[in-house]
Amino acid sequence: MNVAAKDIAKGQNILEIDGISLSFGGVKAIRDVSFDVKKGEIRAIIGPNGAGKTSMLNVINGFYHPQEGTINYKGAKRHDMRPYVAATQGIARTFQNVALFAGMSTLDNIMSGRMLKMKVSLPWHFIRFGPAEREELEHRERVEHIIDFLEIQAIRRTPVGRLPYGLQKRVELGRALAMEPELLLLDEPMAGMNLEEKEDMSRYILDVNDQFGTTIALIEHDMGVVMDLSDRVLVLDYGEKIADGTPDEIKNNQNVIDAYLGVAH
Amino acid sequence: MFYREAGQFKTNYRTDQAVFPIFQDKIGVLVILAFLFLVVPFWFNDFWLNSIMIPTLIFSLAAIGLNLLLGYAGQISLGTGGFMGVGAYSCYKLTTIFPDINILVHILLSGFFAAIVGILFGIPSLRIKGFYLAIATLASQFFLEWSFGRIGWLYNYNPSGAIEVSTKRMFGIAITGPHATSLTRYLIVLSIVVVLTWVASNLVRGRIGRAWMAVRDMDIAAELIGIRLLQAKLTAFAISSYFAGVAGALMVFMWLGAAEVESFDINHSFLILFMVVIGGTGSLIGSFMGAAFIWVLPIFLRAAPRVLGVDISAATVEHFNFMIVGGLIIFFLIVEPNGIARLWQIGKEKLRRWPFPY
Repeated sequence: MNVAAKDIAKGQNILEIDGISLSFGGVKAIRDVSFDVKKGEIRAIIGPNGAGKTSMLNVINGFYHPQEGTINYKGAKRHDMRPYVAATQGIARTFQNVALFAGMSTLDNIMSGRMLKMKVSLPWHFIRFGPAEREELEHRERVEHIIDFLEIQAIRRTPVGRLPYGLQKRVELGRALAMEPELLLLDEPMAGMNLEEKEDMSRYILDVNDQFGTTIALIEHDMGVVMDLSDRVLVLDYGEKIADGTPDEIKNNQNVIDAYLGVAH
Repeated sequence: MFYREAGQFKTNYRTDQAVFPIFQDKIGVLVILAFLFLVVPFWFNDFWLNSIMIPTLIFSLAAIGLNLLLGYAGQISLGTGGFMGVGAYSCYKLTTIFPDINILVHILLSGFFAAIVGILFGIPSLRIKGFYLAIATLASQFFLEWSFGRIGWLYNYNPSGAIEVSTKRMFGIAITGPHATSLTRYLIVLSIVVVLTWVASNLVRGRIGRAWMAVRDMDIAAELIGIRLLQAKLTAFAISSYFAGVAGALMVFMWLGAAEVESFDINHSFLILFMVVIGGTGSLIGSFMGAAFIWVLPIFLRAAPRVLGVDISAATVEHFNFMIVGGLIIFFLIVEPNGIARLWQIGKEKLRRWPFPY
């Protein structure tokens, strides 16, 4: 919790990963990877299956604790911690396979993203009148803005378990946005979507980055999307970093081409 | 036709988030409350109040408690009977230690002791889930039962091992003990149940309820949005046990008049669990429906042969009773696994469209 409260100016490093290694027993998921994320950019992490991309996101938001290496977040060294601490520090996340609260409505799911911003203590919730209700209404209004932004007004009251996959992904993005994160981690936001849904999602990602100035780190397999959206791309393969640079550099990088297409031995 | 919200526009979020956003629902609840407070006391005789209304209300309260834990926070518990016992015994001790304080204060306070015990036995829930947690809470049930039977201090070293309720008065009217009329006891139980149900509905609609449901549906994602799992689970255990504790105290002081260990055995834990499952997990109204179903149905079945003029022995009636109730439980679980509350909801949806099929 010892993160400096100072704001990071746009273009400076918000996150610095330095020499991270992560292994599960004998399996080395990540080997000595270093990279940084600059405030306000869209940073893509790509790589073949099993490259350690999701593990890297899990390290960033505190699910996994790397055996080696340091993480600097907002200019302060970060220690091992529980994921909810990452949430308090402004890191939000969506999952590869949707991790919504299936029994709750769209509205409640997005409202739950405001959890950390709600401060009124338990006793007020017993009677609900007064502070608890005021706070609830205040946050409801914020959530309605997000619902407008993502154009999901019609499914407000629908339990998310009944929604089609594309909309669930959108609600999950909404829940992450409700946290007003500084760093938003998106794990395959476009997996399993059709072209139209991908186009919509791309637009939302760009709009989030543009309107709210949110820094975004995303994992994606659709190269067209990655190259169009991102400012910089990190390429992992077998847990190692094989390339890092702008989309144009990555496109022409021989290591990346080899990793994706294979090399003749 | 008459149950439609057409034309009821919401112009602010407060009305949109009301408990009963539909006008007809509001009227329905007022009618039910008026019936319970004004009609029942004058029309129902002592048998109805004592054997049906009071126990149904008390078990509803316990079921709401378990529902908060099981249906909302997703933590299974087989210790409800024990927690009810903690409420009852602590209420008994409070009345003997502070005999001058109003009994209603004692009843509401006794829930806090149950809450503390609930927190204690809820701690394993951070590490274990599902069936394993059920077994852990089963341990609490056995431990508490043992305490009620073996720790003499709890029942004031009464040779019979039972706790007995003495007559307490409020405004000169006996409200507990043998002199209290069933009417006064009914009204007190009803008032407490209504107030606590209101509290429960406030909780589940706000931040706390969402935190519980988030933990229930996907605990990894819940932690990610900033929910502390231990805190959320223990709050659920505490509040759930509070409800169970108050229900236990009401059971002894407002209904049975005396109790011993057997009043809080594992059967009661299962009884409450059945009420929650049959009524509908994650639904407050379902808790009432489940309690009424499980409690009232056997009474009706027992009375049915006599009313119909069929002459069969009491033992046979009891056998039929078990078979019919058991069969109905299975029938309900197959037809609607989400309980009576879900059937009720479907019925309301249908009513909205009536007389059209879509």
